[in-house]
Amino acid sequence: MNQQTESKKVNISTVVHKSTAESLRTMEECLAVKNLNLYYGDKQALDEINLSIPRQRVTAFIGPSGCGKSTLLRCFNRMNDLVDGCVISGLIEIDGMDIYQKSIDVADLRRRVGMVFQKPNPFPKTIYENVAYGLRIQGVNKRRIIDEVVEKSLHAAALWDEVKDRLHDSALGLSGGQQQRLVIARTIAVEPEVLLLDEPASALDPISTLKIEELINQLKDDYTIVIVTHNMQQAARVSDFTAFMYLGNMVEYDTTDKIFTNPAEKQTEDYITGRYG
Amino acid sequence: MKQRFTRWMESGSPWIWANAGAVAISLVMVVGLLMLLAIRGMVHFWPSDVMRASYTVPNASGETQSVEIIGELVERETVSASQIIASGIPVTETSAGYERTLVKLGNRDLTGADFRWVLNDYIHDTDYPPDIIALERFEWGNFYGFLREIKQDEDTIASTLDGSSDDELWQEFNQRLTRALSIHEEIVSLEQAEIGSINYELERLRLAQRRLELNGNSTPQALADLDQQRNLLDQRYEQLQVGLVELYNDVNRDRVVFEAAEGQQIEFEIADIVRAYRPNEMGLVAKFATYFSKLWEFLSDSPREANTEGGIYPAIFGTVMMVMLMSIFVTPFGVVAAVYLREYANQGFLTRTIRIAVNNLAGVPSIVYGVFGLGFFIYFVGAEIDQALYPEVLPAPTFGTPGLLWASLTLALLTVPVVIVATEEGLARIPRSVREGSLALGATKFETLWRVVLPMASPAMMTGLILAVARAAGEVAPLMLVGVVKLAPSLPLDGNYPYLHLDQKFMHLGFHIYDVGFQSPNVEAARPLVYATALLLVAVIAVLNLSAVSVRNRLRERYKSLDM
Repeated sequence: MNQQTESKKVNISTVVHKSTAESLRTMEECLAVKNLNLYYGDKQALDEINLSIPRQRVTAFIGPSGCGKSTLLRCFNRMNDLVDGCVISGLIEIDGMDIYQKSIDVADLRRRVGMVFQKPNPFPKTIYENVAYGLRIQGVNKRRIIDEVVEKSLHAAALWDEVKDRLHDSALGLSGGQQQRLVIARTIAVEPEVLLLDEPASALDPISTLKIEELINQLKDDYTIVIVTHNMQQAARVSDFTAFMYLGNMVEYDTTDKIFTNPAEKQTEDYITGRYG
Repeated sequence: MKQRFTRWMESGSPWIWANAGAVAISLVMVVGLLMLLAIRGMVHFWPSDVMRASYTVPNASGETQSVEIIGELVERETVSASQIIASGIPVTETSAGYERTLVKLGNRDLTGADFRWVLNDYIHDTDYPPDIIALERFEWGNFYGFLREIKQDEDTIASTLDGSSDDELWQEFNQRLTRALSIHEEIVSLEQAEIGSINYELERLRLAQRRLELNGNSTPQALADLDQQRNLLDQRYEQLQVGLVELYNDVNRDRVVFEAAEGQQIEFEIADIVRAYRPNEMGLVAKFATYFSKLWEFLSDSPREANTEGGIYPAIFGTVMMVMLMSIFVTPFGVVAAVYLREYANQGFLTRTIRIAVNNLAGVPSIVYGVFGLGFFIYFVGAEIDQALYPEVLPAPTFGTPGLLWASLTLALLTVPVVIVATEEGLARIPRSVREGSLALGATKFETLWRVVLPMASPAMMTGLILAVARAAGEVAPLMLVGVVKLAPSLPLDGNYPYLHLDQKFMHLGFHIYDVGFQSPNVEAARPLVYATALLLVAVIAVLNLSAVSVRNRLRERYKSLDM
């Protein structure tokens, strides 16, 4: 959506493997991670991560539990700031802007980089108010504008037809899958550039999961999507690029096709073929 | 056998029995307490039959002396012979015990004491004449006797001597009593509402003048202005006074002559009578009607006769008012403190210390808070306020003396730990995911707190408030130091600007119980009122609590959260 920000070609050599670079060359870079290290107290959770995430594509992070994929994701909207004793070194840029520099307004950053969590977390408010929340935070109070945005966002999240008659009922009465789509609607209502999805379907049944995946496919036309999943089939289905992480290291990052058919690293292959993880 | 016992022990049944037993005992105690209060307190309002009997009791020298007694039976008990002998009545010592009865004789103006223990063995010729009248009076308590004569301006209107029947007399009397009571009501409203507010205005004018003098602004113009207002008020006062005098003449028109026990004649003004009824000829329905009218009087009237008669409305009002003010003070204060402790403060040693201190504060004896309230709020803050804002009233204190505001604040201080602890726990229970959801949308920490976290924690705050109310409403000791009085002349909320008088002293049910029960000149008359007041205090607290609980349940329903 907000694409007026100046785009930038990927700096290939420092960021990714050569093979990835081939397919990434034509892409615009949205998120860049350079030499990122993250420590929880004494424990190192991320180790020298380098990554370039293209605009308007779906990038998936896969890897076994505790490998740091969620931690990495939460760096992109500085959610890790909330964790005591979390120290970061390195650089993360969105559209060339260092998001960890002092002058950054974290609230504004988080509006630009929306996030959907593992468990649906609607607010205990009405469906309407859930979607309107981000707007109200920004001080938008015009009923007409909010109505419009709520409808548009719910349409975009493929939820409108299911809830249009009960917009003013509590959001907690929705099913898990509906709640998760409501959360997505709530997130896109503030028009972010990037959508971070942290295992968005892991708490849902297969049908709801399918709907979320369809939704991701639709949304990638407008948003840069980064998704963390521990479900490899899901990564294969929805993503254009896949990063495999292991023990805080970025083992391999390439097109999804390449990772799943012909991974360069032995570790990746072992994981994908189910030998561990 | 032993094996079976072991198996029974292992099955867990003893544990269940112990639990159920503990619950049962608690329930029995609560129900028993309420029953005791209800029976002892509520019986008081029942118009029981009035008996007439002869009581012939020997005195210490063995002479017998017969007296007529008229009164209500109050209670019976058995006492040992030796105790009776010690009281100067010669009875045979061998007998196991003697039954005696407490009779409410009323007629305190005639006999000096309105209760008397009589030995059942010496009572004879008991009967219940239907024309006995029980009177409740504004002064001197109850009266029991027979109506003999009605007078209007010294002329006899009707009398048993000139042949009027008892019933005719009784009807005539009732008409005149109704008239007197309605005039009395007029007088009270005139005196309290209208003349009361004129006095209030006059006092305000006096203070305004004094303020002008203190500020050096007492220009002749301003003084003349005040004088003019004062003259207006004085004129209105004069008018009202004329009306009042007329009403007084009116109400004092009728007099009645009654015959009490022993044929003693007594004459008094009909305006002295609050209520009259003939209990012995009343049917059950009439008795219930009288019962509820007396009960209503208890709930809605001001006390009379050193709190031993009349109602306790000012005490109910004061209690509720004080608890509400306390809630208004304690809730925001406790919530804000809890939010800081839980959400903003560094969870280090200092915060832990503060938390422990807060918890311990809840255990400080309440009288200590009373002393603190007196020393800090009243003598320090109150005195400063008086200096700064009410210099014209000095040396008479306004806020530098115990009052509603200080009592509420003291109790707010007493209960703030409860609110803090409950709110903190509520905040701790809000799932992280919801907070992160809000933050991820670009909300600041404050916006997240304000729009999501605090509403979700509101049931916990209500829990804190419920506990605070439960504790504060029953508290008496600190209140005696910071604002409660035996008898307050007016309610802290009335029609005079500024309507809510935070500086006024007030009455409180808890203190009322203490006062009526232990400071009363008339113990026997006061005892049932102690029970009734205690029952009412329990009821008031229950109502306050239940309303808070219902608010909390509604909030819970609304914020019934995700599977946390």
